[in-house]
Amino acid sequence: MKSDGVRMDHRIIYDIVEPGSRVLDLGCGDGALMHLLATGKGARVQGIELAEEQIYKCVKRGVSVFHSDIDTGLSEYPDKSFDYIILNQSLQETRKVEFVLNEALRVGRKVIVGFSNFAYYKARIEIFFHGRAPVTESLPHAWYSTPNLHFLSIRDFESYCADKGLKVLARYYLGENKTVWLLPNLLALNAIFVISAEE
Amino acid sequence: MNKGVGIVETKYITFAEPPEEMALESGQKLGPITLAYETYGELDGARSNAILVLHAFSGDAHAAGFHRGDDKPGWWDDMIGPGKAIDTARYFVVCSNVIGGCKGSTGPSSINPETGGPYALDFPVITIADMVNAQKRLTDHLGIDRLLCVIGGSMGGMQVLQWVSAHPEHICSAIPIATTLKHSPQQIAFNEVGRQAVMADPDWNHGNYYGKSRPERGLAIARMIGHITFMSEKSMEAKFSRRLKDKDYSYGLQTDFEVEGYLRYKGDKFVKRFDANSYLYITKAIDYFDLSGQKLISSGTGSDVRFLVIAFESDWLYPPQQSQEIVRNLKMRHVDATYIEIKSSYGHDAFLLEVREQTTLIRHFLGRLYNGSGGDNAYEI
Repeated sequence: MKSDGVRMDHRIIYDIVEPGSRVLDLGCGDGALMHLLATGKGARVQGIELAEEQIYKCVKRGVSVFHSDIDTGLSEYPDKSFDYIILNQSLQETRKVEFVLNEALRVGRKVIVGFSNFAYYKARIEIFFHGRAPVTESLPHAWYSTPNLHFLSIRDFESYCADKGLKVLARYYLGENKTVWLLPNLLALNAIFVISAEE
Repeated sequence: MNKGVGIVETKYITFAEPPEEMALESGQKLGPITLAYETYGELDGARSNAILVLHAFSGDAHAAGFHRGDDKPGWWDDMIGPGKAIDTARYFVVCSNVIGGCKGSTGPSSINPETGGPYALDFPVITIADMVNAQKRLTDHLGIDRLLCVIGGSMGGMQVLQWVSAHPEHICSAIPIATTLKHSPQQIAFNEVGRQAVMADPDWNHGNYYGKSRPERGLAIARMIGHITFMSEKSMEAKFSRRLKDKDYSYGLQTDFEVEGYLRYKGDKFVKRFDANSYLYITKAIDYFDLSGQKLISSGTGSDVRFLVIAFESDWLYPPQQSQEIVRNLKMRHVDATYIEIKSSYGHDAFLLEVREQTTLIRHFLGRLYNGSGGDNAYEI
């Protein structure tokens, strides 16, 4: 997932975000992506993160963060408070996926969703040939220790957006160390979608 | 451990001499006003490195270092000093005793110039806003137009919030710790029980006890109640459990349990250092405090003030929900803020005890403000 020191998903999100944007990173972890956006893009960043130890790392990096879960973290924000809401590898861990996505679409003009592709071919092999819950590069946890509450494929997310009438503004498919163009639902480990609520 | 700020002295400033008394929130006037204060570190050339530390209910101006001959340092010495959370090698630190207090600033035990005797109950009721307005006179006197930060826990946190509300253009950042936008009925109730304990003591004598027997029993009981609210069930279990002072139950009414001995000790110690009328006035100021709704940051305007809001998990006197209420206000106004709920079992006392975590947070938060640097680099890009 690394290329010149910056995680590939961070690099892609970095390229998406316009300079000077207001960004809210839900499940911001140690704040690495926010720091990147703040220093490189002059973005005004705010994070929300549940794990206390990550809050200290964010403060050390000089980025602002609220210690909270993301299921309840958005309700105070007025509509369209942010240019981008980032849900990178965090949507799968939220209890109320649809509620969080709707809130993100309300509070942000655009929502960047990054998730692991459950239909990656190695995961299919694990299930089909070995009869095991898959453990892959992008889904590295065993069934009993995974933080993920939801598992989805790229096709699942496509159809979710279609069903809910959401506009998909861009799609990025990530392989082991480069982006994937062919058969993404089979060959991509991770996907990043940029979506917005249709006018 | 780093060495501290060394030997320090309390200084005094007097202002609001009649007829230029300071107008109070109640509409009454107070003057002259003396503030006791201490400073640590040096003000930089641009006067941009000043931090105002605001003390809690029973605190004073002596936040760090030692008074000559003392073996106990100031109340926040763990956090203030060279290399500490509030690094006196970089910042100029100011701490003053609140008005209404009894540690050198004008309060009910001070001499009323009109009568030549102590004010006692002739002292006007003061509020958190009045305390802050007096502090503003002090920072003006020190030549500080914009404070790098205002920081304090508990009642000190209320003063922090009051600074944000009243003087936002004179502060860069605010660190309210274990505090609230307003006192809840439960919090008012605890204060009222404390006040009633003081006033029920016959020695209180409607506040006229100066030079006579002081209402020590009432004040000690008030403080005992306070100390129960400062701890958590867990910290009391760890500290005392059901341990006895002696081998067996006395089957009498004397002190059997260690927790009883602790509370009595704390109560007895408190009456030696605190004025009963100050107890009444300051608890009242806390109860009147209310910056809920639009009062913290006025609607329509944003705020440049940056926040670090700190709460402690087991604090039931100023529970994390009250800090989250502050954060909700900040979110609605798009204010740059960090909020953390620190895991601690110490209850409200945690803000004085959880030094390591707060040091990490406050050091880096202040460093980012003062340097403008982005802190630890995640990536080079």
